Amino acid sequence: MKMVLAYVRHEAFEPIRTELLNLGFPSLTITEVKGSGRQKGVTERYRGAELTNYLRPKIKIECVVAGPDVQTIVDTILKHGRTGAVGDGKVFVLPVEESYRVRTGESGEEVLQTHPGAAVE
Amino acid sequence: MLADIYQAAGYSLPAGINTLWVVVAGCLVMFMQAGFAFLEIGFSRGKNAGTIIAKVLTNFSIAGIMYWAVGFAFAFGGDTGHIIGTHGFFLRDYGDPLTAFPIMGFSNASIESKFWFQFVFCGVSLAIVWGTTLERIKFGVYIIYAVIFSAVIYPVVSGWVFGGGWLQVNVHMQDFAGSSAVHLIGATGALAAVLHLGPRRGKYTVDGQPRAIPGHNMPLFGLSVFILWLGWFGFNPGSTLNALDGRFAEVVITTNIAAAGGVLAAIATAYWKTKAIDIGMAGNGAIAALVGITAGSGYVVPWAALVIGIVAGVLVVLSVYAIDKVIDDPVGALSAHGVAGIWGTLACGLFTHPDLASFNTVGSGGLVYTGSFTQLGRQALGVVVVFGAVFIASWLVFWVIKKTYGMRVTPEEEDAGLDISEHGMYGYPEQFIPAPELIGYGGGPYKAVPPAPVTTSSEVTA
Repeated sequence: MKMVLAYVRHEAFEPIRTELLNLGFPSLTITEVKGSGRQKGVTERYRGAELTNYLRPKIKIECVVAGPDVQTIVDTILKHGRTGAVGDGKVFVLPVEESYRVRTGESGEEVLQTHPGAAVE
Repeated sequence: MLADIYQAAGYSLPAGINTLWVVVAGCLVMFMQAGFAFLEIGFSRGKNAGTIIAKVLTNFSIAGIMYWAVGFAFAFGGDTGHIIGTHGFFLRDYGDPLTAFPIMGFSNASIESKFWFQFVFCGVSLAIVWGTTLERIKFGVYIIYAVIFSAVIYPVVSGWVFGGGWLQVNVHMQDFAGSSAVHLIGATGALAAVLHLGPRRGKYTVDGQPRAIPGHNMPLFGLSVFILWLGWFGFNPGSTLNALDGRFAEVVITTNIAAAGGVLAAIATAYWKTKAIDIGMAGNGAIAALVGITAGSGYVVPWAALVIGIVAGVLVVLSVYAIDKVIDDPVGALSAHGVAGIWGTLACGLFTHPDLASFNTVGSGGLVYTGSFTQLGRQALGVVVVFGAVFIASWLVFWVIKKTYGMRVTPEEEDAGLDISEHGMYGYPEQFIPAPELIGYGGGPYKAVPPAPVTTSSEVTA
């Protein structure tokens, strides 16, 4: 089991979510975050004074999948997240020790994602 | 100085009272600028909130100068039945005001008060234009079009309708306070603008289905509706230009009854279509009904005002749903001001009371009283002329702007929001810049902020 942790532009998220859903990976969590990198900051001018904000808004995606599915998730994020300009973001893959479904107490890989053909409620 | 001249001429108490009422009514209409500003802000996303304040201030100021310089003269400074006025530029050298601006000669309020009242109408019409253009238009477009609109387009066409021009005098079109002359003119400009501008990014799916882009503040929108509703008690009753015959109080009643009908009808219609009590549609219903009763407010009796308001409330909801499928109109300006403005103008042809038509000395009674389609035909002709003239002029102006200066910001600027891209600052900074006062704290390119002095508990108690 792996967690794919991605930081992408806001506008990249909806295409990523739609394609992952179609591929059978509906389960993910996002957070609206701010971060800094090589992308330049935004300079605000307020009543004659300047204020440069080096933190830019990004979407953080967390998605836990079985090992063989990792490449599918990563490829989907790279495909839709890439504009070629500085500021497209980063993707990390982390090991996951165990997972549980809260509703039933089940554990293991079968709690992670709906597989193709399964009913999505 | 001018006041001295009036006093020397034996300026009377009745004239003073009428002048007072017209100025107060004009101030109520001026306050509607706040209504339009917050209506647009409430229906925009938070990243495009601040730009609207700058826009409304700029536009109102441009109109304030252009209407004084030439607009008022074009609209009112002509003989009855005029195409374009010829005197009264800069509000000087016009001679006797009661004959120089003949259509307003029935009122002895001072010409300055009448000018003020007509100018704030121009400001309202201009504010309506931009309802369709939110969140993607370049700021300079506001400036260019505002000059042309408040100097030529609005004064000329509104002059035809209620400035003693040919539509009013020769065609006998009835428009008491401007369903056509203010609201339809503004909405027609809005249509011309949006046809050149196109929809916001993400408004339509690749196969053309409309998507919701919710506005960020319904309470501000609600405040704007109440401000506009209040302003309408200057807009319609003030158009009597007269406080002494008591007619203005009757106009207050017709205006309020129509608005009440519009709110309830819009809520019911939206519930019928969507099974939800729609906050935005409740407000749109009020505005559409107020627009609808504007033309008839001085011509109809209260029961007819209720009918006009209810029909406007139904129309605005159905119209918003229909227009949203093809045109991106974030605040529903085309429906609330355009469709309802057309309805209100035509409604005079149905419901105008014959006594009030003769009282106002324009046209004749409506279909339900006279059984005659004559007045309805005059109203329809007026609508076609107003829409056609304003649309052609505005379409050409926006076409030239598009070819030279450009209408839209870049997609990147649109995504970032107009506040930061057009103005270099945010409407809501803390939403985008966490703790701005601490950026650079402890070094970096900014002068370090000295740490706050530590206050011990003993100092606090002492």
